[in-house]
Amino acid sequence: MDIFLQQIINGLTLGSVYALVALGYTMVYGIIGLINFAHGEVVMIGAMVSLSVITALLGAHAPLPSFAIIIAGLLVAIVVCTVLAYGMEKIAYRPLRKAPRLAPLITAIGMSIILQNLALMIWGRNYLTFPTLIEPTPHNILGASMTDLQMLIVLLAALLMAGLVFVVQRTRLGTAMRATAQNPQVAGLMGIDINVVISAAFVIGAALAAVAGLMVMTYYGIAHYYMGFLLGLKAFTAAVLGGIGNLAGAMLGGILLGIIEALGAGYIGDISNICGLPILSDSMLEKCAASDGQVSLFGSNYQDVFAFFVLILVLIFRPSGLLGERVADRA
Amino acid sequence: MNTSEHRTKSIPLKVWVGVALVAAALALLPFVAALAGQAWVRILNFAMIYTMLALGLNIVVGFAGLLDLGYIAFYAVGAYVYALLASPHFGAHLPFWVIVPLGAGVACIFGVLLGAPTLKLRGDYLAIVTLGFGEIIRIFLNNLNAPVNISNGPQGINLIDPFRIGNFSFARPETILGVSFSGPQKYYYLLLLITIGVIVVNLRLQNSRLGRAWEAIREDEVAARAMGINTRNVKLLAFAMGASFGGIAGAVFSATQQFVSPESFGLFESVIVLAMVVLGGMGNIPGVILGAIMLTLLPEVLRYTMEPLQMALFRRVVLDAETIRLLVFGIALVAIMLYRPAGLWPSPVRKRELEVAATPQ
Repeated sequence: MDIFLQQIINGLTLGSVYALVALGYTMVYGIIGLINFAHGEVVMIGAMVSLSVITALLGAHAPLPSFAIIIAGLLVAIVVCTVLAYGMEKIAYRPLRKAPRLAPLITAIGMSIILQNLALMIWGRNYLTFPTLIEPTPHNILGASMTDLQMLIVLLAALLMAGLVFVVQRTRLGTAMRATAQNPQVAGLMGIDINVVISAAFVIGAALAAVAGLMVMTYYGIAHYYMGFLLGLKAFTAAVLGGIGNLAGAMLGGILLGIIEALGAGYIGDISNICGLPILSDSMLEKCAASDGQVSLFGSNYQDVFAFFVLILVLIFRPSGLLGERVADRA
Repeated sequence: MNTSEHRTKSIPLKVWVGVALVAAALALLPFVAALAGQAWVRILNFAMIYTMLALGLNIVVGFAGLLDLGYIAFYAVGAYVYALLASPHFGAHLPFWVIVPLGAGVACIFGVLLGAPTLKLRGDYLAIVTLGFGEIIRIFLNNLNAPVNISNGPQGINLIDPFRIGNFSFARPETILGVSFSGPQKYYYLLLLITIGVIVVNLRLQNSRLGRAWEAIREDEVAARAMGINTRNVKLLAFAMGASFGGIAGAVFSATQQFVSPESFGLFESVIVLAMVVLGGMGNIPGVILGAIMLTLLPEVLRYTMEPLQMALFRRVVLDAETIRLLVFGIALVAIMLYRPAGLWPSPVRKRELEVAATPQ
């Protein structure tokens, strides 16, 4: 039981990060229908910039509490990421808004390659370690442990998501965003500046990405110029799982994906244990005897397969994702 | 009868001379490339393998309009079929001409397996499912070495048989009729032959009933169905045929390289092949070939020019060549798309559509 709960807690933490990144994908997709391939790199840049700022502040022995140092790193990262996303949209995506659908996808891939290699030039090829600023004090919750850091990540993510929902549902900008998502031409006729709305979607997504970058870096304790790739891929998967273009879907998808992954990694070894099957060959029986009856077909290195497999299954039965609307075929 | 006679007569001499010149140029190319080093012959070979891949993906993305982000999985399947059936790993040594169709067939089955449950998905949902499928295949190849060793895991499979006819192996240098051929140069001619075959099949497909059905689905699926096209079967055929070409390219890659590992089949490769198709001009076969050749050559040219260029400009190597060449590659992708959104060499139909769309109504 406590292992189960432990995996849920781990999955919830990781899932909150996925959800924050997935929101960036889903907002952009909902409004201009573009898979922003470079979004994962924005997360990476956010992590790297905050790491640099934090290390610099620690190195200068600034008389600040560690909490303030982290906030400072986060703020700088948010500024850098939002400027980056704004510029990226303006240079690489805006000119192609009326181009064939796949053209901006290719520029997004190009931007992703550019950002990765810029990061490689600036921060180098090695894994960078993140200084332990928040002591991971574990708390006992029903036999499982949850650290301060995990709690902080989940709470902050929940707060940010609530804030985003408020912005989208209650403010003028949010109304404009929803209108543009429904029909850009008509929204334009109603006096909405579409360019501002689209830029806003990129900027908000980038700010969330910067926070997610810092979160994932503090959680794992390392950062790397390539970290954005897999994270972005997972987050995009989460967005699709929930129904791309749908904010609640991105949150649900992110958290579900995190939990599915954690449970998959925790239990796949036991599920696919082949000892005890009556059809084993002698050599296999020897292997079982040698390893305490634990020979699994699939180990935890299949964690990623699990995530994608669930995604494919969900899409087969709900082709528009969990919360996505069914789009009628347009004649 | 009459028309065919008329047709043969009407091909002017100029065309024949042109064809002969192109053939001669293609025949001499590996020797010209060898002047700059055998590495360049290998790069030419890769350009042809990528051409096959891009043409296969073009069937799915360009003709049928289905966005596939996991296309490299079929390439991986073809490559591993060859690697497993012609290497000391299982001790099987089947001949090239048996395995290549087999690789195409197995890849085709995988294509149908992927396509059948996912075809009702629309646009970008299909993209992410294919992407997930590609990753699943790669992760399996990476991990299928325990508890039973099938794929040899991350180390990959080594010592794969080269292509050989009788005792004539394509892997070692040899002198034929007084001309010395290196291994890669021999492979060049084999690959050229297969590539031309693939191109011909693609050209014939495009103008076939099936090709027109694909185009109809790409433009408007509902209308295509109303015209009596069995959209499900036709889309499945696009997946299956695209996958088969990927399988062929993979098997040939295995034989040329004599080594495969899961590392060669990451998402990045899928994305690059997609970039070849889109950047060259989706749905236009000459454009796709151009895109494949350009995107294979560009990083290599950059590899060899970036260091000397820096030396000339700053008298020292400021930036690591590997990094800067990928950076320039990324910039080139963005720049080309910005200046030619329909690709370098778009198909006439698409070009016309774009012009119509651009004129204000």
